[in-house]
Amino acid sequence: MRMRVVNHPVLGNLPERNRVTIYFNNQPFQAYEGDTIASAMMAEGIKTLRNHEESGNGRGIYCNIGHCFECRVQVGERKVVRACLTPVSEGMDIYSLSVFKKGSESHC
Amino acid sequence: MLNLLIIGAGPAGLKAAIAAAEQGLNVKVIDEFPKVGGRLLGQLHQEPNGEWWNGMEMGEKLHQKAIRAGVDIQCEVSVVDISQSVSGWTVYTSQGMIEARKLLLATGATETPIPIPGWTLPGVMSIGAAQVMGNVHRVKPGNTCVIIGANVLSMAIANELRLCGIKVKEIVLPAVGPISKDAGIPEKVLASLMKLTHLAPTVILRQAGKLGKFINPSFAIKYFPRRGIKLFGIPIRLKTAAVEIMGEDHVTGVQTVTISSDGKVIPGSEKVTEADFVCIAGGLAPMSELASIVGCSFKYVQELGGHVPVHNERMQTNVPNLFVAGNITGVESAKVAMAQGKVAGLAIASEWKGKRQEIELALTTAMEEVRKTRAEALIQFQPGISEARDTVYHQFTLDELRMKQEVSVS
Ligand SMILES: Cc1cc2nc3c(=O)[nH]c(=O)nc-3n(C[C@H](O)[C@H](O)[C@H](O)COP(=O)(O)OP(=O)(O)OC[C@H]3O[C@@H](n4cnc5c(N)ncnc54)[C@H](O)[C@@H]3O)c2cc1C
Ligand code: FES
Repeated sequence: MRMRVVNHPVLGNLPERNRVTIYFNNQPFQAYEGDTIASAMMAEGIKTLRNHEESGNGRGIYCNIGHCFECRVQVGERKVVRACLTPVSEGMDIYSLSVFKKGSESHC
Repeated sequence: MLNLLIIGAGPAGLKAAIAAAEQGLNVKVIDEFPKVGGRLLGQLHQEPNGEWWNGMEMGEKLHQKAIRAGVDIQCEVSVVDISQSVSGWTVYTSQGMIEARKLLLATGATETPIPIPGWTLPGVMSIGAAQVMGNVHRVKPGNTCVIIGANVLSMAIANELRLCGIKVKEIVLPAVGPISKDAGIPEKVLASLMKLTHLAPTVILRQAGKLGKFINPSFAIKYFPRRGIKLFGIPIRLKTAAVEIMGEDHVTGVQTVTISSDGKVIPGSEKVTEADFVCIAGGLAPMSELASIVGCSFKYVQELGGHVPVHNERMQTNVPNLFVAGNITGVESAKVAMAQGKVAGLAIASEWKGKRQEIELALTTAMEEVRKTRAEALIQFQPGISEARDTVYHQFTLDELRMKQEVSVS
């Protein structure tokens, strides 16, 4: 909740929206219907969405509109999505992608 | 099968959908963003008459009108490939295949990044990302920010961030380099700001636009104060350049240096500005990958933001049954994109119905409207757009002639 723009001098007050609970790396967070994964995490002050496949360095959103693929995260068992284009839903399980383990993943 | 499929639910795509559906065509619009409106969402600037241009409201208006006209709109659908079939087009998406007789590409523009050391740290984002986060999602990406890149878009959005309650500490230039090019040279940046219209969205830009008619920028930059000038209380420092974004696992600040009018670093001028997020504003370029997949010819036009698919004033490309509208044809404001969308929708309807006189008449009026809107545009991303557009239309005619000759020879 802490980073939400609740009152805006031109756009007005934030309308009431239904709350949902999402899980980011198994930790529960409150979000609102209409949030994307990226906006929900940003609202909680979480900027690192994944770790780079090789260097392991943290990465977050860059373009926020689907162009750069920097925000890729895993939803559920295996699906990889762009966090900035994917709306949250109740009970959604989101995982950061992390460093490829040598030998276990082939990426040639 | 659909009569018309439109890729992109921004101002151009929506306007085109409305115009074509009103002529009786069966139209579908798809977009990968979860909300309808494209980059209209998030736009918020004050017009010279004091009224606010609220892109979100405009987007909603167009959305409702399209629904009333019978347009089928589907979000969260990404187009990944397109192929031509005997009867028209097959479009491959994240939600399966869609077939249509005619296709309109209205995919808009994309931001050009300026990589500088530290730019992959969480908390560094494009200026448009911060605009969408603040105005559309109503979430602040942080409390304090530095903007790297001084152009019409970054100045408009700096004010939007301020309205969200964010402290924009300064707008500085990127350090001179092979990618930042002129965007890192104070004299060139001031020159481009001074070429902007007297109708620009902020007072300072309007003044700069007026001044630009009388004063030489290389003279003006000499008198531009080192500590910058303020716009809505935000310092614009054209003689300060960002050399590195600092932070361990997220942004903590930006290291800057003072530079001369031609971009040379003044030794010993290093400084750190603390901030919890950083925006990079590298300018916009047409997003035209899908047009190249289907074999459009292209022309590089600097004033339009880069490579654009060759098209004529009816927004027709040199590939049959393929049309383009909006920022894919060159970077301009949303109002121009809307006017172009209407042209495309009517041109497609006219082709569908065998060039009936009343549609052709409406089309002529719509084309005039584009020229008028362009001339009165509040935001001009580059000077000399009308002339640049004519070179694209000319290229279309040349390509058409060449194709006809090739057919008659073979
Ligand atoms: C980040 C950013 C900020 C901007 N801010 C301003 C501003 O403040 N003021 C201003 O006047 N202009 C601004 N512009 C310029 C803006 O491009 C125009 O104002 C206008 O929105 C262009 O309209 P359009 O319909 O051509 O494209 P857009 O409004 O960009 O709409 C294109 C749509 O196509 C969709 N799309 C693209 N590719 C695919 C695909 N493969 N599959 C599915 N959907 C796809 C996108 O999701 C998008 O919704 C901005 C542009 C950008 C990129
Ligand atoms: S942040 Fe660029 S694709 Fe999501």
